[in-house]
Amino acid sequence: MDAHKLVRMANEIATFFESDPDPAAVSDGIAGHIRRFWDPRMRRALLLHIDEHAGEGCRPAVLAAIAANRKSLTPPAA
Amino acid sequence: MYSVKEPDAGTPERNSSEQVTLEIDGRAVTVPAGTSVMRAAADAGVRVPKLCATESLEAFGSCRLCLVQIEGRRGYPASCTTVVEPGMKVRTQSDPLAKLRRGVMEMYISDHPLDCLTCPTNGNCELQEQAGVVGLREVRYGFDGANHFKQAEKDTSNPYFDFDPAKCIACSRCVRACEEVQGTFALTLQGRGFESKIASGDTDFKSSECVSCGACVQACPTATLVEKSIVERGQPDHSVVTTCAYCGVGCSFRAEVKGSEVVRMVPNKDGHANHGHSCVKGRFAWGYATHKDRITKPMIRSSIRDPWREVSWDEAIAYAASEFKRIQAKYGRGAVGGITSSRCTNEETYLVQKLVRAAFGNNNVDTCARVCHSPTGYGLKTTLGESAGTQDFDSVEHADVIVVIGANPTDAHPVFASQMKRRLRAGARLIVIDPRGIDLVRSAHVEAAHHLQLRPGTNVAVINALAHVVVTEGLHNEHFVRTRCEQPAYDKWKAFISDPRNAPEATEEVTGVPAAEIRAAARLYATGGNAAIYYGLGVTEHSQGSTMVMGIANLAMVTGNIGRPGVGVNPLRGQNNVQGSCDMGSFPHELPGYRHVSDPAVRALFAAAWGVDIDAEPGLRIPNMFDAAIDGSFRGLYVQGEDIAQSDPNTQHVTAALESLECLVVQDLFINETAKFAHVFLPGSSFLEKDGTFTNAERRISRVRKVTPPLAGKADWEATLALAEALGYPMQYTHPSQIMDEIARLTPTFTGVSYAKLDQLGSIQWPCNDRAPEGTPVMHIDEFVRGKGKFVITEYVATQERVTRRFPLILTTGRILSQYNVGAQTRRTANNTWHHEDRLELHPHDAEHRGIKEGDWCKIVSRAGETILRATISERMQPGVVYTTFHFPGSGANVITTENSDWATNCPEYKVTAVQVSPTGEPASTWQRRFGEFSEEQDALLPRTDSH
Ligand code: SF4
Ligand code: SF4
Ligand code: SF4
Ligand code: FES
Repeated sequence: MDAHKLVRMANEIATFFESDPDPAAVSDGIAGHIRRFWDPRMRRALLLHIDEHAGEGCRPAVLAAIAANRKSLTPPAA
Repeated sequence: MYSVKEPDAGTPERNSSEQVTLEIDGRAVTVPAGTSVMRAAADAGVRVPKLCATESLEAFGSCRLCLVQIEGRRGYPASCTTVVEPGMKVRTQSDPLAKLRRGVMEMYISDHPLDCLTCPTNGNCELQEQAGVVGLREVRYGFDGANHFKQAEKDTSNPYFDFDPAKCIACSRCVRACEEVQGTFALTLQGRGFESKIASGDTDFKSSECVSCGACVQACPTATLVEKSIVERGQPDHSVVTTCAYCGVGCSFRAEVKGSEVVRMVPNKDGHANHGHSCVKGRFAWGYATHKDRITKPMIRSSIRDPWREVSWDEAIAYAASEFKRIQAKYGRGAVGGITSSRCTNEETYLVQKLVRAAFGNNNVDTCARVCHSPTGYGLKTTLGESAGTQDFDSVEHADVIVVIGANPTDAHPVFASQMKRRLRAGARLIVIDPRGIDLVRSAHVEAAHHLQLRPGTNVAVINALAHVVVTEGLHNEHFVRTRCEQPAYDKWKAFISDPRNAPEATEEVTGVPAAEIRAAARLYATGGNAAIYYGLGVTEHSQGSTMVMGIANLAMVTGNIGRPGVGVNPLRGQNNVQGSCDMGSFPHELPGYRHVSDPAVRALFAAAWGVDIDAEPGLRIPNMFDAAIDGSFRGLYVQGEDIAQSDPNTQHVTAALESLECLVVQDLFINETAKFAHVFLPGSSFLEKDGTFTNAERRISRVRKVTPPLAGKADWEATLALAEALGYPMQYTHPSQIMDEIARLTPTFTGVSYAKLDQLGSIQWPCNDRAPEGTPVMHIDEFVRGKGKFVITEYVATQERVTRRFPLILTTGRILSQYNVGAQTRRTANNTWHHEDRLELHPHDAEHRGIKEGDWCKIVSRAGETILRATISERMQPGVVYTTFHFPGSGANVITTENSDWATNCPEYKVTAVQVSPTGEPASTWQRRFGEFSEEQDALLPRTDSH
């Protein structure tokens, strides 16, 4: 999957949730949205991109949300 | 006129709590106050002769055929215009009445060409019938008085109906139908007495204001206005009640049939969505169903450069199944998927998602709602708890303020627009929020109180500004918010929305809407009585589509405009079964009834019913499928009734994705743009060829009934069954009603739905279950589906699609009345008379600046691609904004649209593309030339038969 697109999608999701004044809600919102709507291969590709490219291009809120919810976002082995 | 005869009580029904009892020809009858004597007589089983009266129109009292005698009153009042009174004693038959009526009839007949035997409405003409009823035996005035039939010529300019003034009896039913039912005011009755005649302005029908809805034709009691199909094919012998397959209004029709051939579609007056009205598409544009381009034999090929080979159903299905199995074995279970269609029935859609989930074993199923109303599902579910509109259409009759946002109902939802216009003529106030001056802003007897002509892409800033005014000026409904909504979420939202950055004065520069206009509109919405919001794709097809839907819900909640007739949040759905296809579990994260696949209890329910494990992981959405196809992890796709190659954005990316598939199975009526990339073609069946149900924009489930046998031998649901069986997952249904029974068993909001109940009630609005056995016209009455309504913070975020010096204009897209969506159906009808090409609409200022004149070819370039269209110069646009429709594939509208999409649902941002426009001498872009060549190449690969 095109990592740039995934990063952009994740950033757009983050931009929406970032307007919540409660930081926990921001993190849960971003991770929950990705968990609920992204096919495993998309999540896998995003995680891989973050690991391999030090999160390049991702908004800090995306990185924080993913770090805090890494386990639930990691797809079961294919 | 209805040919398969239906009773006509002569004047409209009245609703009143007060009942009036009177006596008609010695029979006592009780009717609501305000009812006409004529209608009361019909209730008592007494038919009074009539010509100018019909129950869809207010009485006019011109023909004098319906005279009666009333005890204690002098003279002979007209029963259609006389209102019942308690204790009235009415006589409808007597010698003097009979004489008077015969006299009236004699006058009419003396001015009428008596060519009944060759007249298209012979046997179905009210004049003929009434002459019989009144016992006309002679015509003392001769047959050559000041006759109509000497003067005027037939007007055959409309492609669907003729106007033969010779046969006109000047009853003005047509004029009144155009005014009262349709609201277009295209016809007038000119002159008096024998001189009076009907005119469509000072031009013929085709060039007039007429929108070809056919209401006048239906109202005409003679053959003056008559469908060409009836002239050509004769009168029908039976009729079948079914549902229109075009837009989300979901009009009910009687398909009138002669043998097994449809000769006319007449809107059903018992139809709950349309009450006997229709638009040009549903009534007239059904000829595509038998168009010569229909493919009626299954075909296969191993590469898209190979010729198609016609094969048996068995061979085609076996080939498709073996390919899907091969791909899954090689690339994994998730390498294949399916796309359901909003043009197919609920049952068909349900089967396709079931096939994907049970036979493919994954959740890679999506539907075309992805590209239109997916943000509605997300936004309304989050805030209100259910992914659907809150009201029935009739609710608009109770609205005092109507807000139309990013929708163009007169073109896209014409029958509902007529109902809305009726309410507006009766005094409701209108607020339009749209970058374009749509027809509603100013049309016959309708004018918007406020037109907030915002810049495309700034919806959320406008809705926030409206809510800001409501909250900061104290216009909110404190009681509603306190009792019905989640308090903590409201408090957070209130702090957000009250911030000065959301004030109209602060957003004015971004939105282009003057602050004073926003303030006035907000005050009207909050304080003008029942306020209802109707919105369309101008809301959803944005990078903040879902945010905007939630912003709309916030505004409705904060003013308490939810949970009763006359208010609500109402998405106007584009295609006929958008609501249904979403309800049926077409989304990759939801099983039928909008239940997430991660919920173990829901999965267990379906697993038990279907005998398979359900994948707990969400699948790919349509744009993700394209990306995964290019990436190589997605290789096989089953597409039912959708044309993703034309309708989805960034065409070149889509076609690259389609080209990289190893097996693309397309099931459709025609070789559409997507089928040009297919390996298996399964011939589809039109809505006239199958049984099923559609669910319209008001959650109304209506029956689709088989009128003629499927041309290709299988209805679509049967083809899906065959494919599932070949994939090793047989499903046992012998009729779509059994599929609905299964849906009802597994979906709490459908528990009470069955074909038997649909037959009994006519239609049902879900939820329909023990709590609401006859369905639910208005939702969220005592509490929200999610319990308490949830306010959501909706920060405005500008789209990344910015105008720059290189791309200084914003392109937005839309549709027009006569064409439907990708146009595969309507382009194959005479509707092309009105719209035979997509054009670029631009403001005179932008045109002049670029040296573009009306009709010039102009090149439109975006970051995604370029295309060439002719220009139409129009004041409806604001400077800086250009517009086009997307009904013709060669226009390449989606070559220029980008892949930007809604943050929550990936619904494409069709409504905002930064472009540059310049005049050009060339009539085609490189893409358009290549498109033309590819289409020709693909045409040549079709089997040679007489029909190709
Ligand atoms: S077809 Fe419809 S719009 Fe046209 S004249 Fe008749 S009623 Fe009016
Ligand atoms: S065209 Fe038909 S409906 Fe209109 S006035 Fe003549 S007879 Fe009546
Ligand atoms: S297209 Fe829509 S408005 Fe027109 S007849 Fe069909 S359902 Fe009704
Ligand atoms: S039907 Fe009453 S006056 Fe014509």
